[in-house]
Amino acid sequence: MEEKKIILDIRNFSVSFHQYEKGFRKTELAVIRNLDVTVHEGEMVAVVGSSGSGKSLLAHGILGILPYNAVMGGELWYDGELLTEERKKALRGNEIVLVPQSLAFLDPLMKIGSQIRRGKKDRESREKLDRIFAGYHLKKEVQELYPFELSGGMNRRVLVSTALMGNPRLVIADEPTPGLHMDLVRRVMSHFRELADEGAGVLLITHDLEQALEVADRVVVFYAGTTVEDAAASDFQSEKTLRHPYSRALWRALPQNGFQFIEGVQPYVKNLPVGCPFGPRCQFYTEACKEEIQSREVQGGKVRCTLDLHTGR
Amino acid sequence: MVLEAKNISFRYGKETSRILNDFSFQMESHERVGIVASSGFGKTTLCKILSGYEEPDHGEVLLDGKAVSSYKGYCPVQMIWQHPEQVVNPRLRMREVLNEGDEIEDRIIQGLGIEEDWKNRFPAEISGGEMQRFCIARALGRRTRFLLADEISTMLDLITQSQIWNFLIKEVECREIGLLAVSHSPALLERICTRICHLEKSC
Repeated sequence: MEEKKIILDIRNFSVSFHQYEKGFRKTELAVIRNLDVTVHEGEMVAVVGSSGSGKSLLAHGILGILPYNAVMGGELWYDGELLTEERKKALRGNEIVLVPQSLAFLDPLMKIGSQIRRGKKDRESREKLDRIFAGYHLKKEVQELYPFELSGGMNRRVLVSTALMGNPRLVIADEPTPGLHMDLVRRVMSHFRELADEGAGVLLITHDLEQALEVADRVVVFYAGTTVEDAAASDFQSEKTLRHPYSRALWRALPQNGFQFIEGVQPYVKNLPVGCPFGPRCQFYTEACKEEIQSREVQGGKVRCTLDLHTGR
Repeated sequence: MVLEAKNISFRYGKETSRILNDFSFQMESHERVGIVASSGFGKTTLCKILSGYEEPDHGEVLLDGKAVSSYKGYCPVQMIWQHPEQVVNPRLRMREVLNEGDEIEDRIIQGLGIEEDWKNRFPAEISGGEMQRFCIARALGRRTRFLLADEISTMLDLITQSQIWNFLIKEVECREIGLLAVSHSPALLERICTRICHLEKSC
């Protein structure tokens, strides 16, 4: 297979927040600790993590829209060059587009139509928008309305439309489908898939592993601020091809795979264990897990674990 | 006990189209029924009517032959909602949210994995998965006889989903609570239900 160009490369990315406790004592709260993701051209990569694991911050970090008290670490590479704050400003909205999780990202004072066309009135963009809206069962009249006049599901579809308007090279979709019906979810996902097939990179951030497996090429498993595994979507067909105990636990928790569960909850960022964040819930927990664990390549994927589950040790 | 919906019709407002039309349904308290229906059928509306949050325009909801609305005080039909953050009072600590239920046993709170420390927090300070555990506990009060679960695990990760459902199945089995589950995932319903009900739009 021909090697595709890497469009987005995130290495050792971290996000922490400055907070003040009891007056002037300043603390730093590390929400994302170790995150590595690469997206190739024409590839759809899903970052899967449970709620509260800090997934949205990844999207905001790439676009440079983190809140003022956040500190970013690690390296972001876009199209072979370091992604600096200036480049983010120049690229976002053009080459890099975000489908945000929150409906609050729509401008409440601008009509839907001109908001998505970004003020453009030429025939081409009008026709394109009409086509996109028709595909999402949105009437033409909707373009003349304001966001507050639409239902949650309609606004959601409007947000997805924004990504389809331009010719993006990188789409970051942050939980794009909550509150939508299943058939609409499928349609939205197939549109992202089309964008990827046309050569764009798509980074899908979601909590829904089943949905991710349906469309994505690769799945990055994210747990409590750390990427624990980077696997091909096909690796999830069987438990044996998965590399990390947490990914395997996720697999076993699928209703069709036994519906088994493990005890405990994902730790809150303030009381994360040292070393592997999954450690305290892991059946293979050892002393070695209490140190910083480097990501390594195993059978075409990456894993951050001291064990080699493939070989049984 | 038997929960029964007899020829229910319902519409929101006056101008909108009918959501439910002459709909009938029956289940017993030893059953776990899964509801599958196309989007827009009115699954959430059905749950709201069965648990008394909405009155049907026509028809009636009966619990052992008596209208559900005639049970004064605690309603024996309890509903768990899809979005927990929308059904807890943001100004109450989670401990008080639990107290809204009907004498919730410690066994249930522990079984759902609720930690002591979470009870002192406000809803804005816990995650969606943690909050849903509280909402489920709150619905499992002493006098609950039927439990309606409307897409209660869509926003949860797989492990939490499995934890919660495994507990719920055991709980409703030993207390003989009837369970009605709405979900878009056939594999999940196959796992948790004793009977699956495919509903077609009748109007």
